[in-house]
Amino acid sequence: MATLVLDRVFVPLRSFGLELSLAVAGTVALVGPSGAGKTTVLRAVAGLVRPDSGAISIGDEVWFDGESGVDRPPEARRVGLVFQDYALFPHMTVRQNIEYARRHAAEEYLERFGIAHLEAARPSSLSGGEKQRVALARALARDPDVLLLDEPLSALDAHTKAGVRGELHDLLAALDIPVLLVTHDFEDAAALADTVSVIVDGKLRQSGTPSELVSQPADSFVASFTGANLLHGRAEAARNGAARVRLEDGTVVSTADPADGDVVLAVYPWDITVASALPHDSALNVIRAPIRSVAELGNRVRLAIGPVTAEITTESLARLGLGLGSDAYATFKATGTRVVARHDDVVSVRRATP
Amino acid sequence: MRRAALAVTYVTAVAVALGFLLLPIVAIFTHTSPGKLLEQLSNPVVVDALVVTLKTSVIAQLLIVALGTPTAYLLASRRFPGHAFAVTLVELPLVLPPAVAGIGLLAAFGRLGLLGSSLEALGITLPFTQAAVIVAVAYVASPLYIRQAIAAFEATDPSLAAASRTLGAGPARTFFRVVLPLARGGLIAGLALSFARGIGEFGATIMFAGSLQAVTQTFSLAIYAEFDRNFDATLAMSGLLVLISIVLLAALRIGLTWQRSSSTASSSLFGLSGSS
Repeated sequence: MATLVLDRVFVPLRSFGLELSLAVAGTVALVGPSGAGKTTVLRAVAGLVRPDSGAISIGDEVWFDGESGVDRPPEARRVGLVFQDYALFPHMTVRQNIEYARRHAAEEYLERFGIAHLEAARPSSLSGGEKQRVALARALARDPDVLLLDEPLSALDAHTKAGVRGELHDLLAALDIPVLLVTHDFEDAAALADTVSVIVDGKLRQSGTPSELVSQPADSFVASFTGANLLHGRAEAARNGAARVRLEDGTVVSTADPADGDVVLAVYPWDITVASALPHDSALNVIRAPIRSVAELGNRVRLAIGPVTAEITTESLARLGLGLGSDAYATFKATGTRVVARHDDVVSVRRATP
Repeated sequence: MRRAALAVTYVTAVAVALGFLLLPIVAIFTHTSPGKLLEQLSNPVVVDALVVTLKTSVIAQLLIVALGTPTAYLLASRRFPGHAFAVTLVELPLVLPPAVAGIGLLAAFGRLGLLGSSLEALGITLPFTQAAVIVAVAYVASPLYIRQAIAAFEATDPSLAAASRTLGAGPARTFFRVVLPLARGGLIAGLALSFARGIGEFGATIMFAGSLQAVTQTFSLAIYAEFDRNFDATLAMSGLLVLISIVLLAALRIGLTWQRSSSTASSSLFGLSGSS
């Protein structure tokens, strides 16, 4: 498989500049908040936006090079770009949409994406999931060297999304071209991609496998983006290189990481245990507070207890006999309490190395 | 009580407005009979006017579409220094009184005009020729097409053109296969408006092209010329013009309905694309 390489690509945006180096082999998800410049990256790769400088190449083919002035038009780049709203041609049928990418190829792709029965339909009559399949079929009918997906799941309702996510995962895994996808949802990114790259304000924050991002978030933004609870407090150094941190509400918790001064701690909801009575194990961090909210997620529930959110099974919630408003103890280990850099203040805060 | 008064006000206003708009057209047809109208079709003045009007209109509209479409597309899809000025310039003839437009055309292309001597050197004399009618009609009617075309192009989703490019189509193929079909409804509407305006052109034409039978005398000019000589001919020509306008409006409606059923592209057109 060829590798798509973005080398110091710089695109000026309204309030900041997008500046990115990235190598894409396999499936890479670019995640970040709205307005971080994610879509601009796809547009630059596709040739719809001209970077100020940098280079974009795939294998030994150069698509853009600010220095030598190479700038291939989109039609000469062999990209398959699936737009966020799919951008299907409304005046053409499903079949004509696919044939627009490549003549005489419709049969194969109608078949492969299970949309043969829709071939005569107009895009306006399709459901979100169907539109996405047509858009994917059309993009791949182009026989692209790289597939670009812009927020592939955001236009779908929650019910459709779960199924489509699985289908999309299988499809991407079977492709032998690099895939670069953009999403604002870490869970979607983790489900679809081998590598997740977090960009904020046009800059790359961290790149890694989804589990690397969760276990070693580079800063508090990445931590909260991957779903962690963030606790702000002031650290007092303790023995063994670990630290005790006094939180804003006065609770004192331990962390296995070294820390000093004002710090941010990250604790994942699934690392938190909930109890109805004070647990005996004094080594555990304990937060005692009433349950502020209960949100069901399939067979799991998320409980907001004081400053943290805990995720436990529906079964254990029933066993504990707890409900909205009842006093609960949220407990978590010092080893599951990580010190992370504040993302607005990356340099001054020390980060634990594993 | 109040609501009833309001309803009466509405109904009265609508009745008066519609009656006012319809009455002159009804009057033209009640003043003449279909027999007399057909009779006038053998009157050489009427026949000449019909030929001159159709010929000059068709050529003028072809020119407007050929030059106006790319102009409108450029103004709709690109932003450049002087863009707002260019758009204003395109609309200028709309607000110019037709007689002033005629004088302006004479001052520009007349024998003593700005370009007159250069045109003469090329052996071209424009004023008081059939070509002058075409120029006058194109000058006065083109803004109606170009304005509508700009709106139609601006209404097409730019991501569709972008999608076309990433699917391997160059700018030309993208324009003809994606942008043009989606903007078609708006372009047809603009053309119909421009055509209607061109057929009714009077002021600029009489100033710049004169009113010579079989050469520059269009329907509108002939109606004026025959007014105190042959009122029947005047009425017949007016009736014919009304018929042409109705056919044009009907064709436009049918064209748009067909367009809507074959695509989801929205085209907002001076109220014609309502909820029919």
